[in-house]
Amino acid sequence: MASITLKDLVKTYGDVEVLHHVDGAIEDGEFIVIVGPSGCGKSTLLRMVAGLETVTSGEIRIGEKVVNQLEPADRDIAMVFQNYALYPHMSVRENMAYGLKIRKIGKAEIERRVQEAADILEIGPYLDRKPRQLSGGQRQRVAMGRAIVRNPQVFLFDEPLSNLDAKLRVQMRLEIRKLQQRLGVTSIYVTHDQVEAMTLGDRLMVLNGGYVEQFGTPIELYDRPATLFVAGFIGSPSMNFLPATAGGGALILGNGASLQGAGHASGSVTLGIRPEHLLPDENGPIRVSVQLFEQLGANTLVHGVLEGTETDVVASLPGHVSADPGTIMGFTAPAKDLHVFDPATGRRVEE
Amino acid sequence: MLKRVHFPTSLLPYLLVAPQVIITLVFFVWPASQAVYQSFLIEDAFGISTEFVWFENFIYLATDEQYLDSFGRTIFFSVCVAVLSMSAALILAGFADRIVRGATTYRTLLIWPYAVAPVLAGALWVFMFNPTLGIFPYLLEFVGVDWNHYLNGSQAMMLVIFAAAWKQIAYNFLFYLAAMQSIPRSLIEAAAIDGAGPLRRFRDHIFPLVSPTTFFLLVINAVYAFFDTFGIIHAVTQGGPANATTILVYKVFNDGFVGLDLGGSAAQSVILMILVIAMTVVQFRYVERKVEY
Repeated sequence: MASITLKDLVKTYGDVEVLHHVDGAIEDGEFIVIVGPSGCGKSTLLRMVAGLETVTSGEIRIGEKVVNQLEPADRDIAMVFQNYALYPHMSVRENMAYGLKIRKIGKAEIERRVQEAADILEIGPYLDRKPRQLSGGQRQRVAMGRAIVRNPQVFLFDEPLSNLDAKLRVQMRLEIRKLQQRLGVTSIYVTHDQVEAMTLGDRLMVLNGGYVEQFGTPIELYDRPATLFVAGFIGSPSMNFLPATAGGGALILGNGASLQGAGHASGSVTLGIRPEHLLPDENGPIRVSVQLFEQLGANTLVHGVLEGTETDVVASLPGHVSADPGTIMGFTAPAKDLHVFDPATGRRVEE
Repeated sequence: MLKRVHFPTSLLPYLLVAPQVIITLVFFVWPASQAVYQSFLIEDAFGISTEFVWFENFIYLATDEQYLDSFGRTIFFSVCVAVLSMSAALILAGFADRIVRGATTYRTLLIWPYAVAPVLAGALWVFMFNPTLGIFPYLLEFVGVDWNHYLNGSQAMMLVIFAAAWKQIAYNFLFYLAAMQSIPRSLIEAAAIDGAGPLRRFRDHIFPLVSPTTFFLLVINAVYAFFDTFGIIHAVTQGGPANATTILVYKVFNDGFVGLDLGGSAAQSVILMILVIAMTVVQFRYVERKVEY
């Protein structure tokens, strides 16, 4: 077990800087999810921790040791790849034992550890099969098994669930979480799926374009997104953004409607309201011209535009709701659920 | 149900395949059948009369010590050529697979020897190893080796093996490199994380994963060494000294066109034909089916 420290990490390919001064402290036993859209540098960051990419500048520390120059083998890490990267010419047992064999661990001990991992992951019956004789979910388990037999200080996961079907993904997600809690190994998990990120991580690092947008617990990210990007990325359906003018504690929307709760903000701002925080209210200040409804069963998504403007608004209402297109619905939102951002910098305006 | 498309019968398709069929008939089927026919004939020493003798030429070959020696020599030669050129190619491909910068340049340079004609390849090696002029005999003298492949049979054999293997490296290299590049990168990375160094990764993963290619190349190289090395041997040693480098193809030429034993030579070429057919069958039967791993 070990903590991981990222200090001022930079990665460049030729003249292109893909990671810009990333900092982060990961505590021993924590489950960290790095999340962001494609090409944001999240896999690169993970591969730098693994030692598969060189560090241009900055420092990576595992425990107390600076590992910048260490070979992947010497970092005491295990990694689960997106395509599992199982050795196709070896049986499941050999796949799992390979790392131990290289580290010259005794036969009996290898056998014991493989058996133990196989029991945890319930892959005992497949130990003598070749990877190609296994289903996707089973391969996924073998890849995890190969990681846990080594008993490493750090687990690295590179989008390990993206090749599975939706149902299996949900199931494996829970299993990974349980396994990590049981073993208590510091883990870094890369994904582009914000639901996966929210459910798995103790803390989330949101990356965008090589910058860390925010690093915090899922609830912090949900309740107090630091930037417009995080606000839009976390939560489903994503947050509504309404241009507004702030002054004297009030927010004036594009159509002249006024809301309380601007805090200290003034001037032109972007107001963020999550769809689930819009409460129906006949006399509410946010008046939406309804375009269509999406019935999800447990709740209904109301799509429309802010009356008199072109700004899209989505509201998520509990239960079944319906009305004719063109109807005007009134909404209100509690002041604590209003997020005010500076449109120029994209940063949150602190209350 | 599949619907067959029917074209109106016309001469065109036959005309289009005719050149290929004519070439095959003229340059393959006709000479081959002539060889088979001739292998049943014995000509007298003056070429005046020929006699149909059925399998006498073959029976003679089966008991001819020189022929059997040549057979053994050919097998030794092919094994050496295949092992040498394939292992050299494997190592080169292993390195070429690892480099990122300038990879295309390396690849292009390594492929060049394949474009050299066999006789020219032979000529190159003859120059380099010429006992009086060559650079290598000069260098070998410093380590106490007296190189003269005109007199020393084993040295002559070594030389043709080197020349033949060198020419084939490029071909093997291409196939090995392609096979290595089709191995997923993450697999090798996983092995690195598991603690395997470059050599160990090569032994434990890359080598087993390119085994289908190895098997394919084994057949190709055997065929090459058996049949395509005539030019090299003719240029380098002419089968000598004292038949030390007379492999089967060279003996066919030597007995037929130098010794003028047309019947015996034809019988030898029929045997070679059967061998090449057998190897082709092996290749089609087993190479197509992926090697089990």
